Amino acid sequence: MDNLDLARWQFAITTVYHFLFVPVTIGLSALVAWYHSSWVRRRRQDDLRLAKFFGKLFTINFALGLVTGIVQEFQFGMNWSDYSRFVGDIFGAPLAIEALLAFFLESTFLGLWIFGWGRIPEKLHAACMWIVHVGTLLSAYFILSANSFMQNPVGYRLNPETQRAELTDFVAVLTNKVQLVTFPHVVAAAYLVGGAVVMAVALWHLRRVDVGRDEGMYRRATRLGAVVTLVAGLGLAVTGDIQGKIMTDVQPMKMAAAEALYESSDGNAPLSLLTVGSLDGSEEKFAVTVPGLLSFLATGHFDGSVQGINELKAEYAQKYGTGNPLTVDATYTPNIPLSYWSFRLMIGVGMAACLIALMVLWTTRGDRIPRARWWQWVILATPLLPILGNSFGWIFTEAGRQPWLVFGVMSTSTGVSPSVSAGEVVTSMVVYTLLYGVLAVIEVKLFLTYLRAGAPPFEEPVVAADQDDDAPLAFAY
Amino acid sequence: MELSTVWFIIIAVLWTGYFVLEGFDFGVGMLLPVLGRGKDAETTEKRRRVMINTIGPVWDGNEVWVLTAGGATFAAFPHWYATMFSAFYLPLLLILVALIVRNLGFDYRGKRDDAQWRARWDAAIIVGSAVSALLWGVALTNVVRGLPIDASKEFTGNLFTLLNPVSLLGGLVTVGLFLTHGALFVALKTTGPIRADARGIATRTGAVTAVLAVGLLAILGAADGNPGSWVTTVVAAGALVAALTANLRGREGWAFVGTFVTIAMAVATYFLLLFPDVMPSTLDTAWSLTTANASSTPYTLEIMTWVAVVFTPIVLLYQSWTYWVFRKRIGTQHIPAAGPTPTTPDAPTTTPTTTPSTTPSTGPSAPSPEPSVR
Ligand code: HDD
Ligand code: HEM
Ligand code: HEM
Repeated sequence: MDNLDLARWQFAITTVYHFLFVPVTIGLSALVAWYHSSWVRRRRQDDLRLAKFFGKLFTINFALGLVTGIVQEFQFGMNWSDYSRFVGDIFGAPLAIEALLAFFLESTFLGLWIFGWGRIPEKLHAACMWIVHVGTLLSAYFILSANSFMQNPVGYRLNPETQRAELTDFVAVLTNKVQLVTFPHVVAAAYLVGGAVVMAVALWHLRRVDVGRDEGMYRRATRLGAVVTLVAGLGLAVTGDIQGKIMTDVQPMKMAAAEALYESSDGNAPLSLLTVGSLDGSEEKFAVTVPGLLSFLATGHFDGSVQGINELKAEYAQKYGTGNPLTVDATYTPNIPLSYWSFRLMIGVGMAACLIALMVLWTTRGDRIPRARWWQWVILATPLLPILGNSFGWIFTEAGRQPWLVFGVMSTSTGVSPSVSAGEVVTSMVVYTLLYGVLAVIEVKLFLTYLRAGAPPFEEPVVAADQDDDAPLAFAY
Repeated sequence: MELSTVWFIIIAVLWTGYFVLEGFDFGVGMLLPVLGRGKDAETTEKRRRVMINTIGPVWDGNEVWVLTAGGATFAAFPHWYATMFSAFYLPLLLILVALIVRNLGFDYRGKRDDAQWRARWDAAIIVGSAVSALLWGVALTNVVRGLPIDASKEFTGNLFTLLNPVSLLGGLVTVGLFLTHGALFVALKTTGPIRADARGIATRTGAVTAVLAVGLLAILGAADGNPGSWVTTVVAAGALVAALTANLRGREGWAFVGTFVTIAMAVATYFLLLFPDVMPSTLDTAWSLTTANASSTPYTLEIMTWVAVVFTPIVLLYQSWTYWVFRKRIGTQHIPAAGPTPTTPDAPTTTPTTTPSTTPSTGPSAPSPEPSVR
């Protein structure tokens, strides 16, 4: 493996790892904020208990999202310095704005929320968590607009003298048509995760034999989580459908790769649910297909025509093979099986989570509690499925963009740091892998410990004014 | 003034913000084994928790200053970002690991009531704080002294190029400054014996640091000092002396302001020594990265300027408000019972209760009913 491969693997591993925690953060912060302000409004004790319970799970998760994010911020300069030189003008701005607008907001107000019990007025206290949530959304918006530039570069010009991309229209970068649909899709995917976590955790407690008086609380939480999951799933299907059309427009090769469609189809192109064939999909032995679905996804009509890989390759060669020194990779095709399977798995596992949510709503209606043993496995799978769906979605998006780093402008191989030695990249790769592995174990154990402990007993919150000077802090590390 | 100069100043300000704020929480982390030691295990644990709680609500916000500095460098001076981050590959990797384990230490050490667990995270906090404090000093001193950078703006040295005596001295100075700054912060935020001990430590570390810092700034200043950098050097030295004097007289607030100014002026000195270069080349001055040849286009800088002008004051406002909310001193009496024990109410131990406010779901061995959230 050379530097390029190592740097790519490293980016893929660290980013996917970061994105295991990010959707939990985005989704769960909204639900914690909802419970907290619901307590302030309606004074139902359960709401405060759930806010604290999920709040604790949230902070355990947030800690890892945060530390893995720091790696992301530095990685562009460390491993992709030529890329950073090339796009700094455009790409750096959203990153800097993300830090200034979003990270300060998240970190400061989370500190206030965690340590603020009994120190700040309760309405303001509940608002702190909403502000954290807004921070996570801002964070997602700006980083995704940077990513969308790589998918569909807009608002720039190529300076032939410096061989750099220069920003010409920042508003265009922030309102990239890819960005406008990616953002809602990603946020919906995060709510899917948040809903599934709440549903699974609450259902686990609901099924315990000693759940006793807390039954009502956990039942409501289970059902709220299930509803959020379903609504988010609907949002995902709608936004995903639009994304498919925009993608067909800006990166037709990605859509062709998603179906491993080698020859163009004049209409009624089927979408296969699964295929058994040669590994690169060029030969098909057995397939389950839905007629017209690919055409619909790509064009909005069941009889729309879809271009195939072979035709597109010729077209790309003509369009992009025109002497741009940064375009050195003439394969123009991503890894087909990876695109094919990650696309299906994204939709499949995400939608499986929605099915589970439906099942949960049905089996917990009235005062029913699902008792069968196999529910344990369902509960275990519930949060994992949408988290995996997120990973697959990103793998599809990013791997399907290859061999471009910035689509149509810069090949991935030209972005890597020239002055960094293979030994250095290997070192960092080993360090990250070991460290991330250990952290995953610690985090999961801690998460499960607090999950099992359940919602803390209700305690009347202390009011800031009547605290005596030597009273122990309401919260301390 | 050129926009690229404005951005040079903004980046200097961001680094200043980082060092004056995270500086004290690095210091508190490094002082854990010293100030956080009592006559028995219980006092030791209480003292450590007092120390960590002085920075609990703010350390994460402090750290964002460096993320913003990194992002701003990327946006305003892409070449600077690219050259610096790829040149400092291994040191940055170490810094990242140090920051990661340290941050998790704050967050996770209290989450299980288990002495070994806490001891491990304490080690992570101590080593993580020390390593990052040292390496930031080494890295920035290297930037100021210059590095072997070739015509295509690439670093041509290796790890040993970075580990030269002057830069290591720079690292020691940051460690010393942060220790002093951190000790004064603890003195300012606590009550009881720990407060007195912190003042004693600040005096000792401060005296050593003063000597090292004067040596370092003299060496760097002799190489390429300018009137501006000499002024800030003198102010930095004066502020440190004033801080130590104030500390001896028991004026903790003024002492902390003193180290705050010292660190700010030391960073200012560095950036004044640097300007108009951003990464001087030791191979050929023509190959140096400067504010002019490393910067983004004026249009990007203009947008970024607006963003910075509008949002930086807002950030400062709410960050200051946090410090205000958590202004009260804390002592061992404020520390609630230890964190939860990792118990599992797995066993079907039904504890039917009649009071609606207790939860039967948490069995007899459940976590202590501490209304904590973290
Ligand atoms: C559990 C999560 C999840 C679920 C159930 C879905 N998606 Fe998705 N999808 C994502 C999570 C995701 C993601 C991880 O969030 C991605 C990666 C990048 C992005 O924009 O969102 C993504 C990307 C992504 C892309 C690539 C966009 C691009 O490369 O420009 C398309 C075309 C779709 N999705 C389409 C769909 C469709 C048609 C779905 C269902 C009917 C669907 N997604 C369900
Ligand atoms: C958080 C969700 C993301 C995930 C899971 C993800 C995943 C990946 C994966 C799997 C690759 C490797 C693809 C390959 O080499 O075949 C990759 C590459 C890359 N992605 Fe992403 N990505 C994410 C978001 C982003 C964002 C937001 C950016 C930019 C801001 C970005 C920039 C890059 C870059 C620079 C590379 C390296 C070059 C390459 O090999 O393509 N990614 N990412
Ligand atoms: C590859 C590009 C990325 C970079 C450089 C990056 C950078 C960071 C950093 C530095 C943090 C820590 C912030 C803090 O100190 O509070 C962070 C956390 C976060 N990031 Fe990322 N990130 C990337 C990918 C993404 C993507 C694609 C998303 C969303 C779609 C995202 C959303 C978040 C959120 C919501 C947080 C805060 C929550 C948490 O810590 O778990 N990030 N990121």
